[in-house]
Formats: sequence, structure tokens, C-alpha cells
Amino acid sequence: MALIKTVIDGKEIEVERDRWALDVAREMGISIPTLCHHEALEPYGACRLCVVEVTKGKWTWLTTACDLPIREGLSIRTDTPEVIKSRKMTLELMWARAPEAEGLEELAKELGVDKPRFKLRHDIGKCILCGLCVRVCDKLIGASAISFVNRGAERRVGTPFNAASDKCIGCNACVAVCPTGHILTVDKGDIRYMETWRTELDMVACEVCSKGYIPARQYEAITARLGERIALDKVCPACLRARTVERFKAASKV
Amino acid sequence: MIKSIQELSKRQAKAQKEYYCDKVRISVGAGTCGLANGAGEVLETISDEVDKQGLDFLVRQTGCVGFCEGEPIVDVMIPGLPRVFYRDISPRKARELVQAIAQRDFRSEWALARLDKDNLLVELERDVSGKLNGLAKVPALHELPFYKQQAKIALRNCGFIDPHNIEEYLASGGYSALAKVLSSMEAEEIIDSVENAGLRGRGGGGFLTARKWRSCRKADGYPKYVLCNGDEGDPGAFMDRSIMEGNPHSVLEGMTIGAYAIGADRGYIYVRLEYPLAVENLRIAIRQAKEYGLLGENILGTDFSFDVKISRGAGAFVCGESTALMASLEGLSGEPRAKHIHTAEKGLFKKPTNLNNVETWANVPVIINKGWQWYSKIGSDNNKGTKVFSVVGKVKNTGLVEVPMGISLRQIIYDICGGVPDKRQFKGVQTGGPSGGCLPEKLLDLPVDFDGLTEAGSMMGSGGMIVMDDRSCVVEIARYFTEFLTKESCGKCTACREGVREMLELLDKITIGQGSTEDIELLEELCCYVRDNSICGLGKSAPNPTLSTLKYFRDEYEAHVVEHKCPAGVCRELTKFEIEAETCIACGRCIKACPVEAITGEKKVAHEIIQEKCIKCGACRDTCPVDAVVTL
Repeated sequence: MALIKTVIDGKEIEVERDRWALDVAREMGISIPTLCHHEALEPYGACRLCVVEVTKGKWTWLTTACDLPIREGLSIRTDTPEVIKSRKMTLELMWARAPEAEGLEELAKELGVDKPRFKLRHDIGKCILCGLCVRVCDKLIGASAISFVNRGAERRVGTPFNAASDKCIGCNACVAVCPTGHILTVDKGDIRYMETWRTELDMVACEVCSKGYIPARQYEAITARLGERIALDKVCPACLRARTVERFKAASKV
Repeated sequence: MIKSIQELSKRQAKAQKEYYCDKVRISVGAGTCGLANGAGEVLETISDEVDKQGLDFLVRQTGCVGFCEGEPIVDVMIPGLPRVFYRDISPRKARELVQAIAQRDFRSEWALARLDKDNLLVELERDVSGKLNGLAKVPALHELPFYKQQAKIALRNCGFIDPHNIEEYLASGGYSALAKVLSSMEAEEIIDSVENAGLRGRGGGGFLTARKWRSCRKADGYPKYVLCNGDEGDPGAFMDRSIMEGNPHSVLEGMTIGAYAIGADRGYIYVRLEYPLAVENLRIAIRQAKEYGLLGENILGTDFSFDVKISRGAGAFVCGESTALMASLEGLSGEPRAKHIHTAEKGLFKKPTNLNNVETWANVPVIINKGWQWYSKIGSDNNKGTKVFSVVGKVKNTGLVEVPMGISLRQIIYDICGGVPDKRQFKGVQTGGPSGGCLPEKLLDLPVDFDGLTEAGSMMGSGGMIVMDDRSCVVEIARYFTEFLTKESCGKCTACREGVREMLELLDKITIGQGSTEDIELLEELCCYVRDNSICGLGKSAPNPTLSTLKYFRDEYEAHVVEHKCPAGVCRELTKFEIEAETCIACGRCIKACPVEAITGEKKVAHEIIQEKCIKCGACRDTCPVDAVVTL
């Protein structure tokens, strides 16, 4: 890969052409907030929090760092008044959209936003439409159980027709990546209930303790992916640990 | 199947002979606009009457000739005599017209204009000047104020040829440009011609077409795609529809030339579903072009192949944006992405892709045929050629207008379209649809081109022009377009989804009289944020209607928030209608017009509005012949 020179916050560095500006800046120790970004996924550019100021020749403009490939002649600043102003407005708008969203208030206050100047909306939960859940479910899990529905201000995330999903495997990856705690899930013994997706999943019972520990669909998806290479015992993590301990003890006696 | 360029010339000559045969030809403008005004019934009546009378007339349908105000439009061509265009032809008139024409009576009182030389507007040659036969009083088409300053390049043939018949396109010299590039031009030479002609993208951005073609040609990757953007979604814009309906082969020919220059062998035309006639006519055109060997494998017997498919958009405004259009073509939802990596490098299916708008493609064959030297003489500096505008709203002659770029707004609105009707005052003109801006009277002499409009805070957009009189409220106009954009935003990025929605909230507040000066300031700040932070053109340009009205009509915003008045008398919460007793002539028209029976009065007694009942629709004001209804 060809190395090219670029300037970030006044520091000249050499980087591989086409690397994402966000990654490079973070490696340099520069802090840039993001909400829709995840290292395991392609850049998406939706939350607009990672805006930076880019100068090329006589042009200067604001753009997101996550989907900006570094190319010849770019100079990037991550801390100008315009950048801060933009991030503040983004947070103000998000905060007004989802006042209950976890972590948003702290992030906003850190940047100096006391409270949004817009009407607070309490009708759409904690979702800020970063799309991480949708993308994880599609690109990494391969289930595509959820998607965006409607457009514009009416945009939401959901299953088709908001009905119980027959594609959701109950893996909770969406819950793990959600930055604001919008997605609700609860395990009730032999059932996992993905409340936000209105989907109930049967759990596989542990062969040892007979408690449900993994959704059947997730178990099937994993075994299908592993194929014949590894046989997966139907044992819950707790029992598996206990069994390993027993084996270890037995081995050390010998 | 036409297998060589020589054969094409022969076919063109034959087609021209057939077009100017020795029969009377009656054509009905049956574009969507004509059909909406009853052209379908007129066409049927004419066919019926011709059959009934046993006349050997040719009855044809054509696309739209651009004069919307006069639909349905019928034209009659009698061998050796001027071609006559008629306006406002009802089925009854149509029947009479057929009978009259059979007697060689032109019924000149119904005529809109006559055309002595067909090559004025199209490339067909036919000169019957001097043979007026009772048509002396009928003005020549090119002398009509509406057509006088027009120069038809993209709209050539529209309204003159039958779009369902490739022979008629061939008769007008169609596919000559394709033959020329295939037989005698290198790819680079074609791109140079388009560059020297100065052609800029007619879809709105005004990007240099040749530069796009060149980067796509240079890009690595196979296959390469050539696309046509027919997703015209601006309210009040219909130029691309008219071209696709009235002259679909011009788009196909342009695309094929582009594909040859770029080195692509496949392409798509993306048309919105709301244009069923455009889809049908394009489909017929593609089928016929393939049958004739002008599209598909080994075009005109050469080793160049190019195939085009139609893809129908489901009606999202955002799909007119290049990356959203490509996502939609791939079967994904129509959402844009950042364009740091150009679509010429990685576009459709991550392959090199060139996208141009319908009107841009329609210009290409003319540049090749007539040469860039000819083309670059039209228009102004850096803005070469013509631009089609759809002029609607408060003008006498609404319709499609194609003018050399650089002409002033005043020339378009007053000279061509006849100015504001009903003796009202001109207030402003919204150019470029929801992405454009509202320009005031003091800018009427602004040259209309890509650079002039952008500098003024508006944009060319695809060419919609909505004219407003003094009874239009600019805050309401901004609110209307912002509401449209709130619904049409895809919702991907925070800036556009949340920002435009909050803009609408503030505009709503102002129009119902609950806004404050701080709201105007916040609105302005928000507009700048949305403009600078959105992913795509929809969001970046969404604040234009608001920012331009704030720039040119700020006093009207202030009247709404400070005095709680709507100067135009449009915003209901801020308006009160009253009848001036001394002016009222007690004619009763307002009483009849009022939908809620809120007006009292009888003959010789000045009428009065019962305020409690009034819904402030303004119907009384619009019907009052003496302007006695006033707003407070």
C-alpha cells in the first residue's frame, strides 16, 4: 500500500492511502465521539457526531471522519469551533428526539449543551437510529431479522410489520451494540423474549442442569456454521465450567 | 435489422418520405399533460370521425409540444400547406375540425399557430412558406411570444413525432449521431467534443458531463454502467417526463453514445413509477431500437454492444440522488452514502458508473450531429446550451420552456410566459423545486444559469419554476417545501432527519403566530447546520427555501412574529377577511363561492363576513371582481 502524507490537527503523518480518517485520528490519540460507528462494521456516516473540518486546496468543509478515506492533499482538523458547534447541534437534536437515551445527556453536557432548544419527544423510546443493530444483524449475524421501516422523521427500526420474527435467532448482538439501551430482552427460563422485536424464542435446555441457556435458533445457527468440525454439547456455560473443573481435578489426581 | 451506416441513411430517407407523404396527417399531443386534459378522448373522436367519413387521413399521437395552457393540442399537416396547431380542442371541436379539414377549411379561428418551415424546431426539412391559404391571420409558431425566444434542443421533436414509432425519429435524422461516432470518432474525441461544447449536467448539480465520462472511462473495473436518471421528483417539474414520453429515442441515442465513449456495455434507465407513460414509451423505444439493430448486440453491424434496461423507482424523492438511486437499483432501500469515493470509481454494484439525467442525455446527439462549435455558441459563459424549465404557478402561459442559458428570469416569466395574471403583483419565483430558493422581484434580471442561480442562494435544480404573486406567503412557501422534505428525507442521517423536522416545527410555529424573534434566529442556525452536515444533496439543499426567503423576505417573517400578521393574507391564524362596504357592489359572487355560508347580504346590500364561521380559505377574495375583500 502506498503511503501518503496528511495533516491531522497540525501534525503531519504518513498513512496508507484510503484508510479511514477516524481510525487514523484515534490511533493518534485524538478523541472523536461516535454513536453509529463500530470497528467490526463498514462506516455508515449516519449519526454525524464524528464531523471534522477538512481542507483541500482552497476548499474547507465539514464532513464525517468515519467514512472519509485519506487521500492526497487533505488536511483535517478535529477541534475547530465549527466542528464543536456542529456536534453540539447534533446532540441537541438527538437528545430532543430520545430524551431517555442512555449516555446522551452526559455526552451532550460534556460538549456544553445544557438542554435542547427543541421539544422533547418521549414517544419513540431510546432509539437514535444509529443503525448498529440493523447492520450487525444483517452483516455479521446474517439473520436480517430487523430493518429500518418508513422514512424521514417516521423512520424506525423493527421487524417486518412489527410482528414476531421468524428470522431472529435471539443472539442479543443487537442489544450488545446498541449505544443507548433501547433494545430490551429478557430470559424467562425456557423462553427468551426479545421485547423490542416482539419475538419469543424457545431455549435449549442444558443436558446437565436442564435449565434453558441458549435460544434454539441460535444453537442451530451456530451448529450449522460449525458444520461437522466441532460437535457442540448442549451444556450451559455454568455446567460447562463445573465439568471442566471436575476434569481438571480428576487429571491432577492421576 | 440495420446492419450498416449506409443502410441507416437509406432508412432515414425512406422514413422522411413516409413522414411527409401525400396524406393529411392529424396529430394529437398525448403526453400525460395532454391526456389529463382530455387528449385521449379527442384522439378517439378524430379516429372515429376519420373512419366514419371514409377519409384517408393519418391519425397520430405525439408527445407534448410544451404549451400546457392550450391542451389538448392538435396539429394538422396537409401536404404542401403550412402545418397548423390548434389549442383547447374538445371532442366536439375535434369532430368539426376533421369535417372542416376534409373540405380543406383550416378553421383558422381555433388555430394557435402555423408552421411554415418544420426545420425551425426539428431537423425535418419541409418548407411551404408563402402558401398561406387563408392562414394569414394565424401567427407563425416562431413568432408567438411563447416560442419566440425558445431554442429547442432537448425538447426537439417533442410534439412533432410519434414516440411509438422509431421510423419518425429516424425521419428527423435520429441515430445519425450514433452512426457518426461508431464510424468516425474515437472515444476520447467524443468526450472532447462534449467537453468543448461545455455541456453541464441538467439534473441540478451542473457538473461537467465530459469530466464525469472521462473519470468513468479511466476507472478500472468491469462491467461499467451507464445510467439515466429519470426520477424527476420535484413538485411542479415535468421536463424529463416530457422528453421520455415525447422523444424517448433521443435519450437512448445519447446513452448509447455515452456508453461507447466510456467503454460500457450495459445500462439502466431509472424512471419513477408515477410516470407510467414514460415507462411504456421507453419500453416500446427500447424494443424497436433493438429490432432495428440500434441497441443490443453489434450495433449497426459494428462490434460495439450496449444493452439498456428500465428500472422503476417506487416514488421516493431521495432516489433522484445518485448514490440513493444506485442503492435502489441494487434492490436495497434508497439511501445515500458519502461520496468521498466517486461513483465513477465505485458506483452501481461497486463498479465504475456514469449517471446523467434525461435532459443531459437528450442533448448529446445534437452536440455530435451539429458539432461542439455550434453548440457552444448557445448560452452564456460556462453555461452552454439550453435549459428546459417547467413554468407553473401564477403565470398566464404555464408550460415547458426551453431557452438558451443566461436569459433573464424576467424574459422567461414575462416575455415567454405572459407575466402574472389577474393584474396581481409578482412577488417571487421558486426555482429548483424544494431544493431551490425563492427569488424576489429585484432579481428578475438575474441571468438564469447554474452559476447565477447558485450565487443568488437558489439553484437550477432540474428546472422547476414556480411563480408566486402577492397573495402567496413566503413563510408558507418555505413551510410547504420543508414539509415535503420532512416526508421525503430518507432518515438516515441525524442532520437531515431531525434537523429538517425541527425546521418544520419552527416554521409551523411562525405561520400560526406563535413564533418569536428567537425562533427565527434558531431557524437560521438550524438551516446552516442542516446544509453543512447532511450526507446528501437532499439535506444539503433542504434549507434553501427557508434561507432564501429569510434572505430576501425577512420582513415578512418578522411581520408574522412581531405583529402577528401574515401580509399576504394566507396564514389562517393570522388573517381576518373583511368586505369593504363602500367598495362592495353586492353582486353575490362571494356568497356563492363561500364553502361554509359565512357571508351574508343580498342584492344592493353590501355583503358581510361572519367571522365565527369563516374558515379563511380566501375563496371570496379570489372571486370578488372589485377587490372589496381585504385581509386584516
